Amino acid sequence: MQGLHLLSVLIWLPVASGILVLLLGDRSIVLGRWVALAASLATLVLSFPLLAHFDSSTAAFQFIERARWISAFHADYYLGVDGISLPLIVLTALMTIPVVIAGWRVIQNRPAQYYAAFLIMEGLMIGVFAALDSLLFYFFWEAMLIPMFLIIGIWGGPRRVYATIKFFLYTFLGSVFMLVALIYLYVKAGNYEIASFQALPLTLTEQRWIFLAFLLAFAVKVPMWPVHTWLPDAHVEAPTGGSVILAAIMLKMGGYGFLRFSLPIAPDASRQLYLLIVALSLIAVIYIGFVAIVQSDMKKLIAYSSISHMGFVTLGAFVVYAIVISTGTVQGGTMGMEGAMAQMISHGLVSGALFLCVGVLYDRVHSREITAYGGVVSTMPKFATLMVIFALANSGVPITSGFVGEFLVILASFRASFWYALLAALTLILGAAYTLWLVKRVIFGPVANDNVAKLEDLNGREFLILGALAVAVLAMGIWPYPLINLMGATVHHLVTQAVATKLPL
Amino acid sequence: MPQPMLTWSSFAPAIAEIYLAIAVCVVLMVEVFAGEKRRGLTGTLTLLVLVVGAALLLAYGRVSARVTLFDGMFVADELGFVLKLAGFLFLAVALLYSRAYMEVRGILRGEYYVLALTALLGIFVLVSANSLLTVYIGVELLALSVYAIIAFDRDNPVAAESAMKYFVLSAIASGSLLYGMSMVYGLTGTLELDRLAVDLHGPLSPGVVLGLAFIVVAVAFKLGAVPFHMWLPDVYQGAPTSVTLLVSSVPQVAYFSLVIRLLAYGLNGATPEWTQMLAPLAVLTLILGNVVAIVQTNLKRMLAYSTIGNVGFIVLGFVAGTAEGYSASLYYTLVYVVMVLGSFGVILLASRKGFEADQLDDYKGLYARDPLLALVMLSLMFSTAGVPPFVGFWAKLRIFQALWSSHHPYLLVVAAAMSVVGAFYYLRVVKLMYFDAPASAASAAAPERGTAARVALALNALAVFVLGVLPGPLLSLCERLIR
Repeated sequence: MQGLHLLSVLIWLPVASGILVLLLGDRSIVLGRWVALAASLATLVLSFPLLAHFDSSTAAFQFIERARWISAFHADYYLGVDGISLPLIVLTALMTIPVVIAGWRVIQNRPAQYYAAFLIMEGLMIGVFAALDSLLFYFFWEAMLIPMFLIIGIWGGPRRVYATIKFFLYTFLGSVFMLVALIYLYVKAGNYEIASFQALPLTLTEQRWIFLAFLLAFAVKVPMWPVHTWLPDAHVEAPTGGSVILAAIMLKMGGYGFLRFSLPIAPDASRQLYLLIVALSLIAVIYIGFVAIVQSDMKKLIAYSSISHMGFVTLGAFVVYAIVISTGTVQGGTMGMEGAMAQMISHGLVSGALFLCVGVLYDRVHSREITAYGGVVSTMPKFATLMVIFALANSGVPITSGFVGEFLVILASFRASFWYALLAALTLILGAAYTLWLVKRVIFGPVANDNVAKLEDLNGREFLILGALAVAVLAMGIWPYPLINLMGATVHHLVTQAVATKLPL
Repeated sequence: MPQPMLTWSSFAPAIAEIYLAIAVCVVLMVEVFAGEKRRGLTGTLTLLVLVVGAALLLAYGRVSARVTLFDGMFVADELGFVLKLAGFLFLAVALLYSRAYMEVRGILRGEYYVLALTALLGIFVLVSANSLLTVYIGVELLALSVYAIIAFDRDNPVAAESAMKYFVLSAIASGSLLYGMSMVYGLTGTLELDRLAVDLHGPLSPGVVLGLAFIVVAVAFKLGAVPFHMWLPDVYQGAPTSVTLLVSSVPQVAYFSLVIRLLAYGLNGATPEWTQMLAPLAVLTLILGNVVAIVQTNLKRMLAYSTIGNVGFIVLGFVAGTAEGYSASLYYTLVYVVMVLGSFGVILLASRKGFEADQLDDYKGLYARDPLLALVMLSLMFSTAGVPPFVGFWAKLRIFQALWSSHHPYLLVVAAAMSVVGAFYYLRVVKLMYFDAPASAASAAAPERGTAARVALALNALAVFVLGVLPGPLLSLCERLIR
């Protein structure tokens, strides 16, 4: 499999197809759409060999590709995957397909650019997860902002300009300081390879600064309270496809960044500052959960629920330090991190699906207000069934994917402290409250108005994508073993790295 | 030192300058005799002159090692070779962009081309300067050509005013340069940069430091560093856009050489002193340029402040005071010229007869009426903001790296913060072009076609992208040029 350059193909096939669609232009958009669909399907299919041939018994990087990129910086075009990046790559390839299909008839304004932007995004996002050289990582990480900036700005809602500029500047500010940290590490290590950063001995002061610089970049992306304010704006204004990609993939980059950079590069600082992260995560879980309850806009509600759920990711990643400090062993730390990963994948599927559901309603009624709906079940039974499944997954009900991650993280928190677990477990109540109340008001009850009475149920295209996502959500909830097994060795290795000290003895 | 035998071939390293001096006369004569009717001829001839010049330089001007000529007044090395080649290229692109604009406005005169060539000659002299005198001759030749070129549209009072401003302030700067040089000469007894590089080493006498201060002021003025930047926005806004394009792009190469030859090489022994003088200027320049650019409503003026901000980055490379820093500045300069050529090129092509596309609002909805121009501007704006995959990112990264390795963490943090501030006003241009509806009927009309310039502009944007994806070769070249 090494000779096929599979990862390169996964990155550049969507980018090249995106450019092709762009060149075809709006006039041959019928062809352009099919090209976009074919490219996104091909990318997903090509990611299967990665799954099939991935050796889950080792934490080493696999499917490695390496070539000199910039000799002046000793930077390489260096790609590879391990147990934490592979699921995210597959998730990216998967979630682009519904975006392409969802825009099929809906996007009439500059459709060629719409598809091009999403395909280019897909390639760049896969690049972020596959890059093993931090300069290459940063290259993809930043380049991704451009298509997203345009997606929100061109196809977004009324306040799209405000939202997209806020989105861009927030993330740009965060990442610039990450760049400063990367340059510092480069000057010390002599190259930009992530592995050599991880092996670099650093004093506690250095680690603390580096940790904070990374925190700025990743916290904005996750997003963690209190730098989350760009997300509700961006989500509300973005077109459906933009919200899906934002929630399903882009937020995961923050979590991925913590696992790939913060923990292994600055383990001692992470250990020292873990309480900060745990506190911010719990605030996100609880406070933002309350904020979600009072939203009157469906997209905003799901956006806040995303922030709350991502709190579990950061909690799961850092709870290992609390476990070590309170019990003296790392047992259970693996569980927390596996929970964080499972939560990322599950949230990618569920939040993406929920945004698609809102998109389905919005396309018909052109309102995102909860009060504009009611009794949708009587006119759209198929839609109602699927939406209820996603809502249950969002509130973390067993046999849905949402349960897996939350349960693992809460279990791990129990080892650290009863109180962490208690606070984290509040999400089961809050999540149920905001999600199920949303469902109650939108789906059930008497038919609210004429608009709802005239609703047509899902067409084949919509049923296909939502149905497929529902199957994925249930499959992951019923049988999470393959996913947990896939990342087992990597997570174990990561925990070892995270609790090891880099300080000179 | 034994005098080598003078033959024709021993002048080969100076071929670009000699050729250009002759070519200026030829173009001037052709212009005189071709007369009013055949306006385009001089322009075409000048482009030809530049192409032939580049070919001659490639064929004969290549030097493998450092060579000095004319009693050590003139130096030819690989750096000079590359910079001269870049000068030919950049000027050709600038002239290509500006032609249609000037034709439409009836200001396409031969003088423009002749003055552009003499300015280029001044740049070349500066690039090859190896003595205080040669430096001064280069600076003045360039400056005099630029004054005249700003004012050459004589019926335009705004342009005349900005030329006057520039002339008066620049004369003071030249005086300061000359004064500083005289002090350095008086205290060291030599004009040759080679000698100065050897003789001058710390601790310096107060007189030399004072002379140095005058020199630094002049250099800062030429670069447009705060607080000597006052002329720059007025000149950029007041001059016809074609002239702004010329003034903002090619001379950057010369100003880089001014610092590298005079300060970094000749006054190498005083590096701690002059980097210390430049450091606060760099910080002020970065902050003022980027912050003031935010509130501009005129695109040319905004780009002027953006130039000031970018000059701040270039100066930061010098402040590092290391070979890595100088090569970072070189890379930044070359990349910046490519980007600024494109940005003003877009303004030129977006303008039409009776309509100057110089207000930011004129760019509202540009995407709808000219997708190519909008896409080019998008790439250039993101590149100047320093967002990958465009080349501007690497330029900033190179400066950041040089600052870390020379232990200037605070400067680095200021630079990083200012690059975020800068991103805002570049984004605003993109926002206007892509997210807004056209503002007025005048700006909604279809653009006129200047096919050659459009192709060149597309290639310009492509270069910004390709150099961004594969930055390796140019980065290595810049590293090699500055040993």
